[in-house]
Amino acid sequence: MTDWLTPEEWTAVRLSLKVALVAMAASLIPGVAIAFALERGRFWGRHALDVIVHLPLVLPPVVVGWFLLIGFGRRGPIGAFLDAQFGIVLSFRWTGAALACAIMGFPLLVRAIRLSIASVDRRLEDAAGTLGAHPVWVFAAVTLPLILPGIIAGMVLSFAKAMGEFGATITFVSNIPGETQTVPTAIYAYTQVPGGEGGAMRLTLVSIGISIAALWLSEWLARRVRRRVHAQ
Amino acid sequence: MILDVDIRHVQGAFSLHARFQSDGKLTALFGPSGSGKTTIVSAIGGLVRPSHGRIVVQGQVLLDTKANVFTPKHKRRIGCVFQEGRLFPHLDVRHNLLFGRWFTPKRDRKASYDHIVDLLGIGHLLERRPSTLSGGEKQRVAIGRALLADPQLLLMDEPLASLDEARKAEIYPYIERLRDEGGVPIVLVSHSVAEIARLATSIVVLSEGHVTASGPAFDILRHPHHFAQTGLAEAGALIEAQVLRHEDSFGLTVLQTRAGTLRVPHLTYPAGTGLRVRLRARDIMLSLQKPIGMSALNVLPGLISSIEHAEGPSVDVQLDCSGDRLVARVTRKSVEELGLKPGLPVHAIIKSIAFDPEALGAVKPQRM
Repeated sequence: MTDWLTPEEWTAVRLSLKVALVAMAASLIPGVAIAFALERGRFWGRHALDVIVHLPLVLPPVVVGWFLLIGFGRRGPIGAFLDAQFGIVLSFRWTGAALACAIMGFPLLVRAIRLSIASVDRRLEDAAGTLGAHPVWVFAAVTLPLILPGIIAGMVLSFAKAMGEFGATITFVSNIPGETQTVPTAIYAYTQVPGGEGGAMRLTLVSIGISIAALWLSEWLARRVRRRVHAQ
Repeated sequence: MILDVDIRHVQGAFSLHARFQSDGKLTALFGPSGSGKTTIVSAIGGLVRPSHGRIVVQGQVLLDTKANVFTPKHKRRIGCVFQEGRLFPHLDVRHNLLFGRWFTPKRDRKASYDHIVDLLGIGHLLERRPSTLSGGEKQRVAIGRALLADPQLLLMDEPLASLDEARKAEIYPYIERLRDEGGVPIVLVSHSVAEIARLATSIVVLSEGHVTASGPAFDILRHPHHFAQTGLAEAGALIEAQVLRHEDSFGLTVLQTRAGTLRVPHLTYPAGTGLRVRLRARDIMLSLQKPIGMSALNVLPGLISSIEHAEGPSVDVQLDCSGDRLVARVTRKSVEELGLKPGLPVHAIIKSIAFDPEALGAVKPQRM
């Protein structure tokens, strides 16, 4: 049943899924917070924040990876601090791959959520306020359910980006089988060795399968949520 | 005092300076669009923060810019019913109704869910989603939702403006019941004279951001000059009446007022029901003698109490008919030819079909 992929290939698939899920989950709360700040906030530096969040979308991924390497590497200012204070090491670990994927997918996540926040009728939030709801409850009971379709869309985009991320990952955490080798970097490794075509093809099919499943799942979820939120 | 407002607010080119007090069970803010009605209710509800002023509701200071007091909207306990309903699309009717209840302290929960569902006739809608409701149903649910948060004041910002006449007629009786059951005092924004004549107990007239008149509905409605912007045809007196009997063979209903009996087109209210009836000034003619051989059915004797000069060739003659105060619009020429002057006894003549059915509302329904 499982012998159509080699154990190494299975490891890469499992690792890719783990990295993508962790990247998606970890960027969810910051993503919602920053989407809110960008859409509703009126503070100094909002435009600068907007540009920084969107940079990974336009920069070459290798540049992002290199920034991560000098910032979060063991000798980098943030990396050294995390290592000394919490014993957290990101460079050349799967957690580093998750960080790279999260940052690369972040603009997509934020954009999707931000669009859904912009479409929320703020008069509904006012109405909730006049009914006695504290702003925190207005967010939890009105705003959040209304933007749920946007959050799901953003999560799917973030997951999909993480499944395909290559440049920043390989630059920051390299391509270590069993530790940082994801499906895309494993395909790359196969293409670099003679006779690797078979393995590259198998992993490509896996990649296509996961992408289709993710899109189908998100479409199904979004339909369900839309039906709940804007019931006809 | 239920409501004491004195605010100044500038928004772009529009400047509002409104000052009024009201003790009415249903205070109508009346004026054309752009007169500041919505800004005032938004300020009372805490959705707009006026630059200067003071708002006191039921003795509680909600805004006092001098003392730097501003109560946020979720602590004001002021219910709002908006023009568009603003029901939560992701919740069914039951959870929309109960939304405010979660945030009401237990000791303040007085409104009974069953009673309000029954009062508004929405029991059959509880499982439905707002998007499946008609405009009138949405507004009834919105009223119920606001009431179930146990507000100390209910604001209604043109709640019926987006509805057609039939839907309005469907909701008026519910607002009348709210008003007469004497629970929560209501502030209603309206630009329809017929609507406020039917519903209001107090009226605040606004024009270009200023209060031009305020007081009990019966006093304000009698003075046509307050309603200049809506067209002079709208002015008229409001009197209280009771259904005496129905003359089914003629399709008429006989009403008893202090001034005498009135015959109006058939009404569905049972005998004994208290009503308020609006008689438009332009629908009343004056005669020095008791008319004989005339088709008009309603003749009320009275004394001229004062004569007010309106614009143009018209004059408004205020009458005292055994305690009921009417107003008739006649020409300046008639006043001169008939020698009308205060203290003169006259007869007011009203055609039965002149009654404004929209402005005819029950005061206390089911009173037998």
